[in-house]
Amino acid sequence: MSTLQQMRSGIEESYKEKQNRARIVVGLGTCGIAAGGNKVMEAIKSEVATKGLDVDIDFTSCIGMCFAEPVVEISLPGQSSVIYGGVFPDSVAKLIDGHLVAKTPVTEMAQIQIPRDASPYEGIPVMDKSGYYAKQVRSVTSRLGRTNPESIEDYIATGGYAAIEKAISMERLDIVNEVKKSGLRGRGGGGFPTGTKWQFVHDAAGSKKYIVCNADEGDPGAFMDRSVLEGDPHAVLEGMMVAGYAIGADEGIIYCRAEYPLAIKRLNLAIEKAEELGLMGDNILGSGFNFKIRIKAGAGAFVCGEETALLNSIEGKRGMPRVRPPFPAHKGLWQKPTCLNNVETFANIPFIIRNGGDWYAAMGTEKSKGSKVFCLTGKINQTGLCEVPMGITMGEILNDIAGGVLGGKKFKAVQSGGPSGGCLPTDKLDLPIDYDSLISAGAMMGSGGLVFMDEDTCMVDVAKFFLNFTQLESCGKCTPCREGTKRLLEILERICVGAGVPEDIDTLERLAKVIKSSALCALGQTAPNPVMTTLRYFRDEYEAHIIDKKCPAGLCAELLTFTILKDKCVGCGVCIKACPAEAISGEKKAAHVIDAAKCIKCGACVPKCKFDAIAKA
Amino acid sequence: MPTVTLTVDGKQVSVPKGTTVLEAAWKAGAFVPTLCHDPELTKPGACRICVVEVKGARNLVASCVTDAVEGMVVETATPAVVEARKTILELLLDNHPEDCLTCHQAGDCKLQDYAYFYNVKPGAFGGEAHKYDLEDDNLFIVRNMNKCILCGKCLRACEEKQGRAVIDFAYRGFKTKVTTAMDKPLADSVCVSCGSCVAICPTGALTEKAMLGKARKWEIEKVRTTCPFCGVGCNFDLNVHQGKVLGVTSNAASPTNGRDMCVKGRFGVDYVHNPNRLTTPLIKKNGQFVESSWEEALDLVASKLGEIKGKYGSDSIAALSSARCTNEDNFVMQKFMRAGIGTNNVDHCART
Repeated sequence: MSTLQQMRSGIEESYKEKQNRARIVVGLGTCGIAAGGNKVMEAIKSEVATKGLDVDIDFTSCIGMCFAEPVVEISLPGQSSVIYGGVFPDSVAKLIDGHLVAKTPVTEMAQIQIPRDASPYEGIPVMDKSGYYAKQVRSVTSRLGRTNPESIEDYIATGGYAAIEKAISMERLDIVNEVKKSGLRGRGGGGFPTGTKWQFVHDAAGSKKYIVCNADEGDPGAFMDRSVLEGDPHAVLEGMMVAGYAIGADEGIIYCRAEYPLAIKRLNLAIEKAEELGLMGDNILGSGFNFKIRIKAGAGAFVCGEETALLNSIEGKRGMPRVRPPFPAHKGLWQKPTCLNNVETFANIPFIIRNGGDWYAAMGTEKSKGSKVFCLTGKINQTGLCEVPMGITMGEILNDIAGGVLGGKKFKAVQSGGPSGGCLPTDKLDLPIDYDSLISAGAMMGSGGLVFMDEDTCMVDVAKFFLNFTQLESCGKCTPCREGTKRLLEILERICVGAGVPEDIDTLERLAKVIKSSALCALGQTAPNPVMTTLRYFRDEYEAHIIDKKCPAGLCAELLTFTILKDKCVGCGVCIKACPAEAISGEKKAAHVIDAAKCIKCGACVPKCKFDAIAKA
Repeated sequence: MPTVTLTVDGKQVSVPKGTTVLEAAWKAGAFVPTLCHDPELTKPGACRICVVEVKGARNLVASCVTDAVEGMVVETATPAVVEARKTILELLLDNHPEDCLTCHQAGDCKLQDYAYFYNVKPGAFGGEAHKYDLEDDNLFIVRNMNKCILCGKCLRACEEKQGRAVIDFAYRGFKTKVTTAMDKPLADSVCVSCGSCVAICPTGALTEKAMLGKARKWEIEKVRTTCPFCGVGCNFDLNVHQGKVLGVTSNAASPTNGRDMCVKGRFGVDYVHNPNRLTTPLIKKNGQFVESSWEEALDLVASKLGEIKGKYGSDSIAALSSARCTNEDNFVMQKFMRAGIGTNNVDHCART
């Protein structure tokens, strides 16, 4: 019996015991901490001490309900765990008195419950059956918000390190074949079949090979990888170890952006613990397999998420993409064969090895297997992290998971794939989410950021926002990206201030086409996507800006005119006081007037008017 | 050597395995422009002006970094290729001073040549252009970064040919610029002014200070010569205009040094027209140097050496020469000492 098996039974026993005690668990992912989780933790500790309660206090990572942070879970032995949202220090006493002392859950603050032996509490939605999680699967995110990410015992007790244990008893090629069978495709956005990539690296000549994990998540609105790293760091390590064993590497590097300090801290801790227990390092579990992992913190360049720029950065060079081929599988880090996958891809591996490729392939669509983690942001009711089976529609995510558009407004578009992706309109809400459908619609899977926009969003402005991002983050190496994205941005800026000319649309299209077809790396080739998709689906908005000099969403200030409706204005003078530019004048009790020459179009007057007398058009 | 056969613009061409599509296309007689490509340097595939269409490829292909493979079908002048090249030129020109009339590089500028060939006019997008100050802090090199197209040849030459790596790309996106460490003036950097960057620059971004404004490129007569500074034997071209040497440009065909030179050879020939230069021997008479003929000077030296040798013997005379003199010069020197003076007292400055 191996050391791990010996350890495992003891660890599982105490984990079960721990779960069966009265517990309070605070969500301390970056989102929880930002919302005030640490203060909530302090309040809980002091409240428990004051009351002299016999209760365990622990912390976990983000369960996905970012909209409800700070999140606190309370459970009594044998009873359902109840997850409360919006818990601030001043509501701690109420929760503890209710749930722990009076043993009655505080239903109005409860978000969801996770049932155990006893029947569920009434009036609280049950996870996996209702609400936010009804249409979700929890595979790669299964430990998020459920275990203590800084405890290797929690990881082992929930099946952790069983995959590497299984892998080292397998033939290397059998592991590669299992990954192939799973149908797993690169979760960083490219969607290259993971098993095929592993096969390339396995077959590549050379005794020194590397495993590199891309944790340089940089898309605006994307935080899947951060959540996985903060919530289940050992799964990423284990996935890398399995890959290392399969392809014959003894060294792994995680390239993690420095803006993720908590992820780096938890990874370092996980590495330390795994080494202590002999699960990482030399002669892992007596197999003769050696594997070490170190972390390289990035310096904040978006382009370093591109695999070859990332490799350059690890080598101490400027983060600029290399020409491919040769691909990293043949000539990667230090010109050695390198298996480079993203965080979510590696985190999926232990589940695939433990449960088998067929289990994974049973989820999803024909060409996009398994599940995918998405980040839901923008104008929606429930922002957060979700894991869904491939093939779910965008509409299901919007309505069933994200809870629909904020404030009952009309949905306009969803940006999928970050700055490299595209904006999809209402009629694409029934589009099944998989790699190929998204590309055919002009967007892409990307890393998994979904930004939802409502009717008040100006699509030209959206394109401008993303182009501003890509042109700032262009590495400057190739002409089409460096100079071209700048020109795209300038034209969009021009259109947004009403200085656009009809030929601008042709120029945008021509330039976008050339950049897409001739730029060196994926960042450049996909940079025009926001322009191309908004032109494809929202051309009328461009034309309104250029020809009518109007912004249909009422967002582009330079294209707006504010007028006071004479029949509604009572001459109260509130707008005169609200105007910072002294552009409004008028006698008391007589209709006021806005001087268009002085108006700076800040809109400050509109919400102040109680009579809806100021029109914005 | 194994070869591959591919089709370029409908014409079959066989090239050794490992040849790039660019070289194969050139061999087939196709016109493919390049800006960042240099046969002696690594290939960044950065400028993208050399894109071609390869049958089956998803995008246009940068021919300089793509290996030719058996059966490949390449088109070098399809509408998509021409549109991409013209757009890339428009993008470069949009961020480039429109001063070809007074630019020193006019007539020897790839950007100008390609703009002419593809009939691309400046100002296609009317966007922002860089407004960097002219950098003339270095004694020999003037940098006008507004004319830089960021092909990166200069920094690759500095690192790969000279082993110096004084300059590199800094900043990001549109603000990308070739700078020294911390964007300090070249004069304050570890630059040794070898001028390799100037020699390789395809535009007027890097120029020889001494030649600026002295003559148009097409007025200059190039005279191949060997560097007089040391014994290495570097070849280069004197740039002559109206009987005057304006400066020097390196010549890739030089067997010893190719385009590489040191600061003396590349920038030190201005002594040719220096009024202080000695043109006749001088003999000190009554405490004053007086011009003399070569005959008189050589006679004087011979008689003095003969006098010393007669009075004190051959071994009282020694000769020291320079290791930087040519082999021929040093041979003649030791021959003269051994056969003429009769001593083995010969030495040179680099012995210890």
